[in-house]
Amino acid sequence: MKMQEYQAKELLAKYGVPVPKGQVCETPEQVAEATQALGGKAVVKAQVLAGGRGKAGGVKVAKSVEEARDFAASILGNELYFEQAKSNLRIERVLVEEMLPIAKEYYIGITTDRSTQRNVFIVSSQGGMDIEEVAHSHPEAIGRLPVDPFLGVRDFAIRQVAAAGGIPDAEIKQLAPFLKNLYTAYVENDASLAEINPLVVTGDGVFIAGDAKISIDDNALYRHPELAVYGETSEETDEYEKDARRRGINNYVHLDGNIGIIGNGAGLVMTTMDEVKRAGGEPADFLDIGGGAKAELVRNSLELVLSDPKVKGVMINIFGGITRGDEVARGIIEGTSALDIKVPIVVRLAGTSAEAGLEILKNSDLIPAETMQEAAQKIVQMVS
Amino acid sequence: MSILIDESTRVVVSGITGREGTFHTAQMMDYGTQVVAGVTPGKGGQTTERGVPIFDTVAEAAQATGANAHFVIVPPRFAADSIIEGAAVGGIGLIVCVSEGIPIQDMVEAVRFVKSTGTTRLIGPNCPGLLSVNKSKIGFMPAASFSPGPVGFVSRSGTLTYEIVDSLTRAGMGQTTGVGIGGDPILGMTFSDVLPLFEADPETKVVVMVGEIGGSDEEIAAEYIKSMTKPVVGFIGGRTAPPGKRMGHAGAIVSGTSGSAQGKVEALQAVGVPVADTTADIRVAGLGNSAWSGRRTLSQFRQIIGAVRNNHCKELTLAA
Repeated sequence: MKMQEYQAKELLAKYGVPVPKGQVCETPEQVAEATQALGGKAVVKAQVLAGGRGKAGGVKVAKSVEEARDFAASILGNELYFEQAKSNLRIERVLVEEMLPIAKEYYIGITTDRSTQRNVFIVSSQGGMDIEEVAHSHPEAIGRLPVDPFLGVRDFAIRQVAAAGGIPDAEIKQLAPFLKNLYTAYVENDASLAEINPLVVTGDGVFIAGDAKISIDDNALYRHPELAVYGETSEETDEYEKDARRRGINNYVHLDGNIGIIGNGAGLVMTTMDEVKRAGGEPADFLDIGGGAKAELVRNSLELVLSDPKVKGVMINIFGGITRGDEVARGIIEGTSALDIKVPIVVRLAGTSAEAGLEILKNSDLIPAETMQEAAQKIVQMVS
Repeated sequence: MSILIDESTRVVVSGITGREGTFHTAQMMDYGTQVVAGVTPGKGGQTTERGVPIFDTVAEAAQATGANAHFVIVPPRFAADSIIEGAAVGGIGLIVCVSEGIPIQDMVEAVRFVKSTGTTRLIGPNCPGLLSVNKSKIGFMPAASFSPGPVGFVSRSGTLTYEIVDSLTRAGMGQTTGVGIGGDPILGMTFSDVLPLFEADPETKVVVMVGEIGGSDEEIAAEYIKSMTKPVVGFIGGRTAPPGKRMGHAGAIVSGTSGSAQGKVEALQAVGVPVADTTADIRVAGLGNSAWSGRRTLSQFRQIIGAVRNNHCKELTLAA
């Protein structure tokens, strides 16, 4: 679950990570009040999950209450186009924050790293810009600190990573508590990513989180009921992905093509997409029904995929292990008989209870295929 | 021979009385796995329908039965604790965890602890487990897809394992051991932990390694493959996945070139690993019936693989 900037900052503040004074607002009047309270000057930032807010016209440095109010009035309730998300997003809230006297901008991030099997801090004095670009062009400007979960963030390690990331010794007094508190917030809330970019260093040498991105591990949300309120306001950017969530389909990604894909297991579904591409087709989605799926989920998945008018055909690819072919077949029949289906559906069933499944599908309009390759070729031919 | 488990492996199952645990324990026993104990807190002293004694803790179970492997099939919120419990018991050399959806911070701690023992290995989580053909299986690999033969198999993806092992078997290309290492970002054994075991196993003549987009496990494995004497054939799932889109597995996130399918294919090809374009090509990649049945030498095998690499796999036919 991704948190919006104002939510992430609220959370960080609870852990003693310094954030700018500010207030989240939903109306131009609230923005005017908040700007007044900050002394008549403020930064007004649209609250959306997508990156590239500045380019989208979602950030304004307002030098007066009127300017802040007018800007808020121009974007609240309206849509802005976000290049990174490649879509229009409706602005429901803005964050009104004090203007910081910025002397320098650093970068601090922490995420779980597969290769070291630990949480790793990334620290760099080259903040305020695209950190991946910095990592690419100036790898020497990036410090990495894998954190031993049994030891936590030690002072000596902070000195090492500060040196590696180009942060002067004199600032370690500010950096150390910042890293330690950020780490506690990250681990205690089961985050999978926390990113502060920029980390603002003010003229007085104080560290403040200029922006904040936090993602919470969905698998751990059960032990953070207090974070549930944030989930409700986080937007999905895609209508079909929203619908998937409502239907309880967790592993769905909407794509641009015209061949719907349904399968079991992420690896198999990705490979199914590869096969459709090789056969000359374009996948309309990635949909993994997961292990041990029941008929209802299969029916729901089919409905979701077919709700996209771009979809001109569907390929279902199931290799049963813990998933049973007969269960899947029942779901397909339930789905196809409930809907008025005008596009071809190619089904490939193998593995556990596949024979029973194929028997169920025998008298339907579905097109059977023996292998994944054959199924891909069939569906591509039929839609082209 | 086989790797990691064989007929002498003695398994204790955590979660043996759960719905999934009951079903898959029975399947394992039917395959020949020695399931010597089960663990369900509060049910110690009872026995399962299949006559397996139940204990309250892994330590008691191991002491009473000499169990040396621990199968964890418990709900995700209890799984990391169960892994650590097993690793804390001396004599448990292997832990296999199939649970899906374990909080990532739990796994950071569990993997850290397992590694600190220096003697215990962890496979998984979120994996189908492993199977040594006609000897033993831990997890839920579909046994019917496997057959005895010279291929060592290691994969990040569960269903792709079934798909490819099935096609190998149909082509008369049997296996020694199949290992599903799992798709989570924080894993116990990775490719580069499993490959040396196949390299050392006299019955394994060739290794099939199935990766997918995300992470850098395949690239790291490529470094090790350089030093291997046995040929390795690769496959990468998700070659056409659009960058930046999350495809279910937490690990399958492509960002920039790192973790991309192309990067993995190139890293493998650079160390002489032919990477099949489709799952069917892996079978054609010299692992098919005609290719293997003539008791070919390794160098001939390499030629076959070389032909695949040059994209002649479809036309590949070998004189008997």
